[in-house]
Amino acid sequence: MITRRDFLKYTLKGAAGLAVPVAALEIAAPGKLFAGKYDPSGVRWVFLVDTLKCVGCGLCVKACKLENEIPYDANVTRTWVERYVLTKDGRVSADTPKGARDGFLTEKVELGQGKYRDIKKEEIEKAFFVPKLCNQCQNPPCVQVCPVGATYQTPDGVVLIDRKWCIGCGYCIMACPYGVRFFHPVYHVAEKCNFCYHRITKGMNTACVDACPFGARKIGNMKDPNDPVAKIIASERVGVLKEEYGTKPQVYYIGLSKEVR
Amino acid sequence: MSNHVLRPLFVVAVLVFLGLLARHFIVPKDFGIGRTGYMYGWHRKSNVEDWKAVKVKYRTAEYCKDCHSDKIDLIMTSPHAIINCENCHGPAVDHPDDPPKLPIDRSRELCLRCHFPLPYPTSGRGKIRGINPELHNPGQACSTCHNPHKPELSIQ
Repeated sequence: MITRRDFLKYTLKGAAGLAVPVAALEIAAPGKLFAGKYDPSGVRWVFLVDTLKCVGCGLCVKACKLENEIPYDANVTRTWVERYVLTKDGRVSADTPKGARDGFLTEKVELGQGKYRDIKKEEIEKAFFVPKLCNQCQNPPCVQVCPVGATYQTPDGVVLIDRKWCIGCGYCIMACPYGVRFFHPVYHVAEKCNFCYHRITKGMNTACVDACPFGARKIGNMKDPNDPVAKIIASERVGVLKEEYGTKPQVYYIGLSKEVR
Repeated sequence: MSNHVLRPLFVVAVLVFLGLLARHFIVPKDFGIGRTGYMYGWHRKSNVEDWKAVKVKYRTAEYCKDCHSDKIDLIMTSPHAIINCENCHGPAVDHPDDPPKLPIDRSRELCLRCHFPLPYPTSGRGKIRGINPELHNPGQACSTCHNPHKPELSIQ
């Protein structure tokens, strides 16, 4: 038989116990905690896209698919190029046929479901191309939602996916505000751009940067004050996509227009 | 305590033990929170090495120049100097060992990636000289007349 006094005691103890976060039960070594704030590599990969230079040839998309073994004819890609055509009547038409893998070989803008909009030269107010890729967010929502720890941020800022550990639940694909994630048609796990991690860690450029004839794509190290890309981002007028989401995207754009989403 | 309390308690204890045992074998030894903390850090550490080990396929002109310096010297004198070899010749991978011969993309569509005229005044594309593929020698490979490494006709 439990007394009223005991019952109240146990209830209080139980409530207090529930209030302790799991993290507090871990024995924290001060040295380890300090190490958590220290990044020995001194690298933070960032990307710079100059939309004024992009001509929509799509060679970056082709190179990316071949370099990263994304099935060439599957309609998925780690990077893509969008075309925006603004007409004088105020309408915005945007498309990216096959992610611009073959470039843009018609002036007709694809509207989906087999429909196209034919735009005459005289109607065009402005028109431009915007390459897209993973933003390698400083605050990545895709990593936050992963229930198994299959996607994570490396100390140099790149978000990677563990193909052995991913269960294919698709939460991260839904969480990404930029729509950069997709299912890999062969491995059946989440897939996305990783700034060609195998290349940048060897001192090379990403495949898309090397493929771009016009210098519209550049990769750099934000922690290196002498890095030319870091200098541009720090001193020139650059924008990011969907800043209002608080994801702190690390792909910066020159010449971004308000129509770009 | 009475038996009807102890018995289920024992079952629970066994289940917890089995769970922990399974966890011990299933979770890799290098699975942890890493440097970036609880929210973004959970991962299998060796996966970083897996990604670093992916094979580089696009080797850039630096790789081509030792054997094909004549082609590179030629293209460097033309407006096509900005185009990397592998954009048309395909990724080198381990050429000449594997593949021994690179397939050259001579399709009109490859050239049209840039030279299909799109009249976009606010983009660099509008400034590139284009051809109408339906009127300009339809069906013919561009390289029949234009050397891709030196595309101006007057100079050939």
